[in-house]
Amino acid sequence: MDMTLTEHHKTLVVKIIGELDHHYATRIRETIDIEIKDKDIRLLIFDLSALEFMDSSGIGVIMGRLRLMKQQGGKVCVAGAKDSLNKIICLSGLSGLIGIYHSVEEAMKGGQVA
Amino acid sequence: MKDFINLEFPSKSSYESFARATVGAFAARLDPTIEELSDIKTAVSEAVTNAVVHGYRGKEGMIYITCALEGRELTVEVTDQGSGIRDVEEARQPLFTTKPEEERSGMGFTIMETFMDSLTVDSAPEKGTKVVMKKVLSTMEA
Repeated sequence: MDMTLTEHHKTLVVKIIGELDHHYATRIRETIDIEIKDKDIRLLIFDLSALEFMDSSGIGVIMGRLRLMKQQGGKVCVAGAKDSLNKIICLSGLSGLIGIYHSVEEAMKGGQVA
Repeated sequence: MKDFINLEFPSKSSYESFARATVGAFAARLDPTIEELSDIKTAVSEAVTNAVVHGYRGKEGMIYITCALEGRELTVEVTDQGSGIRDVEEARQPLFTTKPEEERSGMGFTIMETFMDSLTVDSAPEKGTKVVMKKVLSTMEA
């Protein structure tokens, strides 16, 4: 697992590369939370276009960040998830709670907080 | 003779990826579709994570996996000798979790049930848990 964080105008794009399971969840969670609080993030986009595998630990990471972002009055989106990941995202009910987009560009347009 | 493999490894989270990749490689002998392979790996990941997080709760122990093929049916058994589950029916409910503070989504058993054809959970407090999952893989059309 590898990840890159890009922040621009209170929008944070977190690109997670490889596999996201319980083993990596803590590191991802802690890294994102520091950034969200430090930079007063309003839109958090998970770029999953390079993510090959995710189990329910990944759902836990996204749900937890959603809770945190709601407290700060922000939003969370997922972008670029492959079909195999969409299955678990739908099953979890996440698709009813956050924006799901094909690409980060779409998420940036759709997820803008007025 | 039946096709099968046995794995045993310590209850460390770093073995979660090893476990699902190995079971995936074993299942690959049946030429599963990409979706079937992904379903199997996800279900195995959930079962092994449960053993690490709930079975042994961070303590040292061993996790055992047996995979067998019979025709086009794959059987995966994941066993731990950890703390066991008091109420299996309750634990199998969607979104049930004993560890909300660790952001466990409570979806583990739901995913195993949905992604595989069948799931049985055998558990006794202080003895451990055995999860048996089966999936019949589709026949490739020529």
